[in-house]
Amino acid sequence: MFSKNHFYFYVLAGILALLYSSTIAYGASEQFKGKIYNTGMLKPVDSKTKLKPGMKAPDFTLPSVSGEKISLSNFLGKKNVVISFVPAAWTPVCSDQWPGYNIAKSLFEKNAAVLIGITVDNIPTLFTWTKEMGELWFPVLSDFYPHGSVAKKYGVLRSSGTTERALFVIDKKGIIRYIDVHDINKRPGLETLMKELEKLEK
Amino acid sequence: MKIIKIGLIVLAFMFFAGSSHAAELTPAKGDTFPDITLSMTEKASEKEYLGLSGKGSFRISQIKAELLILEIFSMYCPYCQKEAPIVNELYQLINKREDLKNKIRIIGVGAGNNPFEVDIFRNQYNIQFPLFSDESYSVHKSVGEVRTPYFFVIKKTGDKKNTIIYSKVGSIQDPKQFLDMISEESGLK
Repeated sequence: MFSKNHFYFYVLAGILALLYSSTIAYGASEQFKGKIYNTGMLKPVDSKTKLKPGMKAPDFTLPSVSGEKISLSNFLGKKNVVISFVPAAWTPVCSDQWPGYNIAKSLFEKNAAVLIGITVDNIPTLFTWTKEMGELWFPVLSDFYPHGSVAKKYGVLRSSGTTERALFVIDKKGIIRYIDVHDINKRPGLETLMKELEKLEK
Repeated sequence: MKIIKIGLIVLAFMFFAGSSHAAELTPAKGDTFPDITLSMTEKASEKEYLGLSGKGSFRISQIKAELLILEIFSMYCPYCQKEAPIVNELYQLINKREDLKNKIRIIGVGAGNNPFEVDIFRNQYNIQFPLFSDESYSVHKSVGEVRTPYFFVIKKTGDKKNTIIYSKVGSIQDPKQFLDMISEESGLK
């Protein structure tokens, strides 16, 4: 009886796994065919940030793919900032989130906002990966060493060493106005982000 | 035990019902294109272009054309972004051809894109032909969850209506050669 129960359990688990796997490939771009590592379904959120809207955004300085170092404080008093943490290069979802942002430049500009992309990958990996997306208009920063230190400051470093798929909206005064630590398996809606940006002082 | 068995049967049914989408093959050249439903456009110029009227939704069999070029795209797909100017060029080429401009129509379907996202794509590339949102991936599923961009060319007239004469993933490459090829294949030329 016991083993029979086990058998049913495995059949059930198998069916569920199949159901899951059939939902992953949605809308995949031909460009990345054969180049994307399939992570499977991951735990939606695997960290807990202490930051809240209204708090001051922790400053940081990181190297960018283009070579220059970028600090959050560079934008203080000048621009609203959207920080987009994505988990890892060459993974599903991440590989189409930024290309989407890449054709929405005018929407960011309309709201006097700059976009900063951050992952924990090293610069050479980010260079090759972002090149595959085409010319990106926003800086991509590497939080590689000390590993994930900025992600840790923002409370979005997962136990696996990658980051959450998280968005932070920071106003010109350096105050956090919106946080979305998203289900890592899903792409956050651009529309929601733009509505948040519209609330800010231009 | 009985409850587990019943539960399993129910799950198995759910699985087969679900997988019938995923396992559905992409319609190939020579097949009949599924008569998918899309939300009606609100733009009068687009209604006129497609020969449609009314509100709500429409079936693609209602589009008045001899040949329909249907692109499955996503605003998040870099290849689709690179392809956009090429498809625009194709649209312009067709418009310049007196013998073809009233016979061929182009539409795009944004897989998983909501109307806001489709608008970004339309504005970025100044796309003149109608684009539709397929936020729930229902069209995408009914064509076998193709990678993007994917192009179908459907011959809407003749003995066998809605026959696919082109079904391929990736760029259409040279728009002029593509137009020549599909007009020859469909007997328009």
